[in-house]
Parts: sequence; structure tokens; C-alpha cells
Amino acid sequence: MKRLVPRMLLVPAVGTLFLWMIVPLAMTIYFSLVSYNLMEPGDHEFVGIDNFAFFLTDPSFYVAIGNTLLLLGSVVVITVLSGIFMALLIDQPFPGRGIVRVLLISPFFVMPTVNALMWKHMMMNPIYGVLAQVWEVFGAKPIDWMTDHPLFSVILMVAWQWLPFATLIFMTALQSMNREQLEASRMDGATYLQQVRYLYLPHLGRSIAVVIMIEAIFLMSVFAEIFTTTGGGPGDASTNVAFLIFKEALLNFDVGVASAGALFAVVLANIAAIFLIRLVGKNLDR
Amino acid sequence: MTHAAPPPRMSAPLLARTIAAWLVTLVIFFPLGWLVATAFKTELQAISVPPLFVWKPTLENFAEVQDRSNYLLFAANSLITSVVSTLLGLALAAPAAYSMAFFRGSRTRGVLMWMLSTKMMPAVGALVPIYVLAQTTGLLDTRLLLTIIFTLSNLPIMVWMLYSHFKDIPHEILEAARMDGASLWQEFRRVLLPLVLGGLASTGLLCLVLAWNEAFWSLNLTSAKAGTLAGLIASYSSPEGLFWAKLSAASLLAIAPIVVIGWFSQKQLVQGLTFGAVK
Repeated sequence: MKRLVPRMLLVPAVGTLFLWMIVPLAMTIYFSLVSYNLMEPGDHEFVGIDNFAFFLTDPSFYVAIGNTLLLLGSVVVITVLSGIFMALLIDQPFPGRGIVRVLLISPFFVMPTVNALMWKHMMMNPIYGVLAQVWEVFGAKPIDWMTDHPLFSVILMVAWQWLPFATLIFMTALQSMNREQLEASRMDGATYLQQVRYLYLPHLGRSIAVVIMIEAIFLMSVFAEIFTTTGGGPGDASTNVAFLIFKEALLNFDVGVASAGALFAVVLANIAAIFLIRLVGKNLDR
Repeated sequence: MTHAAPPPRMSAPLLARTIAAWLVTLVIFFPLGWLVATAFKTELQAISVPPLFVWKPTLENFAEVQDRSNYLLFAANSLITSVVSTLLGLALAAPAAYSMAFFRGSRTRGVLMWMLSTKMMPAVGALVPIYVLAQTTGLLDTRLLLTIIFTLSNLPIMVWMLYSHFKDIPHEILEAARMDGASLWQEFRRVLLPLVLGGLASTGLLCLVLAWNEAFWSLNLTSAKAGTLAGLIASYSSPEGLFWAKLSAASLLAIAPIVVIGWFSQKQLVQGLTFGAVK
């Protein structure tokens, strides 16, 4: 009895999560092996690895992989570097620090579609956008962001959204810095840059790893920003793997090929996940 | 007459740091500030060249947003799906977290890690089966479907956050209650609940934010009937119609409550999204 009740309490959560994981996965594996188009009724013929072959030989696939990695890599580099900079900048008290914190954190709570359209229209519109006006002030020719630099535009939006996350994590980590050690190093004549290099950065190492891995998991499948602004285009210029799978499934209605792609995306995400799970697991044992 | 004390002189490095911090912050916050400003302009003022920094604010956009797009329906959909999914998630997660925190077994660690791993699956990996299931069961474009999906996708985060809250409660308190002959239910209701109310609230708030802002499933599974605000805003993406003021007004209404809640749940955000890896 004493052991039964705690177990029963676990069942609802574990059971639903198990279904949530296993049912889609099993269906995806099945779909990936048959010929299945939503527009063509009939039997789902077993086609072996044809769907995988189709997905892997599609030239868009390699463009999408490249775009996914470029998007992920750029956002991670931008947010980690600027996040460290911001966190160090506001680590010590200064007038208005509370307000600065609130303003800095806000972009993270803006829903992705609002973020995307705000940048696409009000910031990046080549005629009326704020950036175009700034360019004109400096006598430069305004840029047509969505057409000429679609992927970079998406990178900018996503980085803007995730910079607060990185900043917040680093800020939290800095609060546990050993103040006496800092003071002692200052007494010994260490410059601020030396402190950053030998005290702050090593202290942040772990949180940098966490930020990289969490961003890797979420940014591997950026969708709403692409969907609402560039629609993956022009051509495949801003199509990532997530968007390519969406196109196969809901625009081409090819369930088989989309499922093969989905399995690929799951494998890709798991590579990042393994490292994060290890790190969190270590933390759990303490 | 008393003289106010002269303001303390700022040292040069502090002054430099203050100016730098404020400057960078204002640049980062600018797009959002501009969105808020545009919401109170007329459509002509919104696209004025050069940009207008001083104008007579108007409220007409907010009224028109409702007329043009039935804003309230989408707001209701967002509210219902996010609130119900949060409550449902808490109801599922709290017993599980309680069980794992207070009756730790040899498999607890494995269960926690497994839950974490389900959260790492990319949503797009489940898009096809969920879409096909929804289509065959007629659940496409219903609030029920969206609520279920929000609940499940936030469940691992909820279990983790609650688990780390529960773990910090000293077992002795519960032992004492048990000694006094309290049943499991009484122990939960009288002793545990008051202690964990804060944890439940902050977990709920974070999941409310996540569900409200969710865009992937809302865009793919709902449209006119059960569409959320994230989907409504996406419908403003047409390149021809320059309805920036209305877009801004609709956006402001969609994000304002959640940004404010977000300010208060910063700590939970760090804890929840990093699964306790950063303290």
C-alpha cells in the first residue's frame, strides 16, 4: 500500500507522456515506409526506403541543412557573445538597473509571429522601415532585407528574441560569483580584462554550455518566423529542415516523404539533446 | 527651508557603464517600443517618412482591430487553450512530482531524464502524425486539440519545475504529520499544499506564457474557428496591405499581458527552461 499510492500518482503523467512520444513516433516510422499522399486516396503501398531516398536526394534538403546550421550557429554565437557582454555590463548596480533588466528581458516574451512581423514591416521594410530611414540618414541605399538577405533577416529576428534568454541565464550565473575572490584579485592589481578572462569566463563556462544546448534544441526547428516572413524563400534561401518538412507535409501533402524527413530531424535534435541530458543528469546527482 | 542633499557624484567608470548599459538597452528595446508607439498612430502616421516621434495619440486602431478580424474570438481561444492546458498540466504534473520527490525510488532518476528527453523532440517530428490523427478524428481546428497538445508539450517542464520545488521541502515536516496519523490526502491538503502553493503558481505562470506564445501548433492545426492570437497576427503578413498601425495595435493587445507576466516569472523561466541546470 505504502508503495502503491506513490506509483499510482506517477501513472497519469508518465502514461500520457509515453503515448505522446510513442504514438507519433510509431506512426512516423510507418508513414516513412509507405507511399502516402493526402490527396491520393487508396492503399498505402510499402515502398521501403524510397521516401528516405527521395528526401535525401532532393537538392532542397542540403540547402535546408545548411540553412538550419547557419541559422543555429549564427544565433548561438550572437546571443552568447552579446549575452555575456550584457550580463557583465549590468552585473554591478547602476542608476536604473531595475528598469534596464525589465526592458532587456521583454523580447523573450513576445510571441514569435509578432516578433517576425514587427521586424519584417516596421523595421525592415525597404521604403518605410526604420532601418531604411537610418540607412538614408547615412546616405546609404536602403536594403531590401526580405529579398536580398532573407536568412540573415530571420537570424536577426531570432537572435533578438533569444538574446534576453542568454543574458538572463548569464546574469543568474554571475550572481553566484565569489565576491571575495574578485576583491582579492583587484587588490593584487588584476585589471578588469584579466578578471573577465580568468574569473568571470571560467565561472560562466557551465551556463554557456547550457545556453548553447538549449538554443540548439529550440532553434533547430525555427518555424513561425520563417512562416510569417519569407515563407522559406526566395527559392529555398531561407528554408530550414523544419520548414522543408512542413512544405512536404502540408503544401505537397506527401506524408511519406515528410515522415522520412521528420525522422531525420529527430536524429539531428537528439545529437544536441544527449549532451544536455548528460549535463542535467550530473546536476541531479548532487 | 531645507536644502536637498546634493546628488552623490558618480565616478567616471560608473558613469560610463551607466551610459553604455542604457544605450545598448534602448537599442535592443527599440523595435518593441516602436511597435507600442505605432499602435497609437493613424495608418498614415505609421508609414510617415521620416518617422514620427511626436504625434497626437489615437485609440481608433484598437476598435478597428475588433471590427476587422473578430479579435475577441482569437483572444478567447488563446485564453482558453493556455489557461485550461496549464491547469490540466498542473493536475497531471503535481502528483507525479510529489511522488518522485518524496518517494524516491531506484527508477526516479531514469523517469525524470526520460521526461526531459521527450521535450527535446522537435515539434516538427510529430507534425505529420498529429495532423493525420486530427484530421481523421475531426479535431482539426478545435480548441480541444490545441489544449491537449499544449498540455503534453509543457508537461515535462512542469514535472521538472515542481519536482525541484518539492525536493527542497524537508521530509521531516511530512514525517511529523504522518506520525500524528494524517492520511496521505490530509498530508497533501494540510501540510504540503500550503508549502508548495508558490511553486505551483510560478510553474503555472511560466507554462501560461509558453502556451500563449506557442506558434508552431497553432499555425498548423487551427485557422478560423480555434485560431489563437499567434495565428491572427500571422494573417497580417500580406505584403500589399500596409496596415501597420492596426497590426501594431493587435500585436500590443496580444503581447502586453504576457510580457508583464513574464517580468514576474524571470526566475522560473531560468529554472524551467534549463531544467535546473543553472541556479
